[in-house]
Amino acid sequence: MTALVTLRNVTKSYVRGKQKVEVLHGVDLSIETGEFLALMGPSGSGKTTLLNLVAGLDQPTSGEVLVAGDRIDQLSRGSLSDWRARHIGFIFQFYNLLPVLTAEANVEVPLLLTSLSKSERRRRVQLALELVGLADRARHKPNELSGGQQQRVAIARAIVSDPTLLVCDEPTGDLDRQNAEEIMNLLQALNRSQNKTIVMVTHDPKAAEYASRELHLDKGRLTNDARRAA
Amino acid sequence: MKYFGLVWAGLWRKKTRTVFTMISIVIAFLLFGLLQGINQGFGTAMANLDVDRLYVSARTSMTDGMPISYLSRIRSVPGVRAVSLWAYFGGYFQDARKPIPAFATDAVELFRVYKEIKIKPEYIEAMAKTRTGVLVGEALAAQYGWKIGDRIPIGTSIWTNKSGSNTWEFDIVGTFDASAYGAGFPSFYLNWSYFDEARQFGTGETHYYIVSVQDPKQAERVSRDIDALFANSSVETRTQTEYALAQSQLKQLGDINFIANAIVGAVLFTLLFLTANTMMQSVRERTSELAVLKTLGFSDTKVLVLVLTEALLLCLFAAGLGIAVAALVFESPALQKLFGDFSMPAIVATMGAGIAVLVAFVSGFPPAWRARQLNIVDALAGR
Ligand SMILES: Nc1ncnc2c1ncn2[C@@H]1O[C@H](COP(=O)(O)OP(=O)(O)O)[C@@H](O)[C@H]1O
Ligand SMILES: [Mg+2]
Repeated sequence: MTALVTLRNVTKSYVRGKQKVEVLHGVDLSIETGEFLALMGPSGSGKTTLLNLVAGLDQPTSGEVLVAGDRIDQLSRGSLSDWRARHIGFIFQFYNLLPVLTAEANVEVPLLLTSLSKSERRRRVQLALELVGLADRARHKPNELSGGQQQRVAIARAIVSDPTLLVCDEPTGDLDRQNAEEIMNLLQALNRSQNKTIVMVTHDPKAAEYASRELHLDKGRLTNDARRAA
Repeated sequence: MKYFGLVWAGLWRKKTRTVFTMISIVIAFLLFGLLQGINQGFGTAMANLDVDRLYVSARTSMTDGMPISYLSRIRSVPGVRAVSLWAYFGGYFQDARKPIPAFATDAVELFRVYKEIKIKPEYIEAMAKTRTGVLVGEALAAQYGWKIGDRIPIGTSIWTNKSGSNTWEFDIVGTFDASAYGAGFPSFYLNWSYFDEARQFGTGETHYYIVSVQDPKQAERVSRDIDALFANSSVETRTQTEYALAQSQLKQLGDINFIANAIVGAVLFTLLFLTANTMMQSVRERTSELAVLKTLGFSDTKVLVLVLTEALLLCLFAAGLGIAVAALVFESPALQKLFGDFSMPAIVATMGAGIAVLVAFVSGFPPAWRARQLNIVDALAGR
């Protein structure tokens, strides 16, 4: 197994007013291809900050971030957007669909950045929606869908461009028990049958049980690495 | 082009707000189209005016009479090709509140001076043979349902005839088509010789001599010669080119034009802030959506272009609508009557499109720049 993600001695600080606050203190992390990692920890421990660094949304204050063979801590803002489009699928707590677009138009958005033809884009959108079990809701707007359905559309959008890595920030945080379980089953299936590498931030232990590996973050330091038999 | 759906949907995010903004833009450009159309229309009409036509009137006032004896003296000025005359008749048909531009003239000479007016030669001949004959413009004849051969009573508030009546009976002997002249060519002519015999007073006088010169380059000289001819006589003359005459009549309109342009300018300026405000609000509300687009890999520049395109689409669409409506208004029968055969010049549409693009850029740039500068991590966290 090769490491898909490698973080070496990564720190991240924010300047708040005159004060400099260090949120991550020398994090070392390695994630293999095909892993489903649950990143846990109390609120404010730095989970989202760490996820943003892995996903190329933010740059570390120091240290190295190597993802899919690229030193993304050294990429410019512009090349980082291209890099994200190629490598990362995003799933957020509040779905973050574009409210004015139908489900299928939402799923198509990442493909607009590719050179695929209209018919090829349409085919892939259809496929992604079928995979999340929402092909019959393609023409619905987000406000015509339940929370669980919206999150599935978001998952379809995350996988439609076949990214190297899926990152999820509290994907079940806004859902009831039953919908949360459905979403977790879907993510697990994507990990197991499609061999998608997933990094998921959650503070819900039930959600973390679906992952193949659990990591705990506490006040900006990683502790307690636990691997589960798949 | 594949981003069109994204831009279009963004535009209609808040339908009511977009509709109201759009209505404002449509109205502003409708106003612009109408006023600029009229402006350009006058400009074109003025440019078409003949420089080789001179108008001779009494120096004191255009409504004072000049002796008919001037006719032969003007005709003998070197460089003069033809001379006709106009005497105000001040007519109306049945309703005194609806005047008809009626003049007494010498029809044969008249249509030699106004070569561009279309009339059949037999009508001019019929006019010469029929003392009580009149020639009328096709539009006027159509308006009152007059036909050749009709005998019509025309009232006048100025002239009493020898039988003591203010209503004169005329026979329509022909019609003419003045559309090539444009607006403003009088549309009702009676014989001056008959008019002069039949009126109770003012005999032997006319209000205008219209002179056609052989060579436009000589127009200035001929006009000076004519005025010199009658200097120090009891009725001195003032000779103007058609262009100068029209200009003095349009002077007041010119002032109105200036005010109209100032209004349009103010409206467009206000529009700038309205559109800018709409776009800025719409970008503010979409902070997290724009952050999501950036997350998915849309570059900062791409997001800037998307927002600018939205402003451009809004402005061009609404401006196009406004100018199209203005163009339709110019095709309406009421305005066709006012301006003659006139359409809104294409230059007005081009100018309108240019202004729309300018408004879009100026008002769309601040929100577009804001969208460009948006930091993903902060926007996603709602900071
Ligand atoms: N852009 C930022 N500016 C200032 N402080 C930040 C910023 N991002 C995160 N923080 C702070 O860093 C800490 C960790 O935040 P975060 O990674 O969002 O935690 P978690 O996701 O584990 O709840 C918090 O105290 C948060 O306030
Ligand atoms: Mg978080």
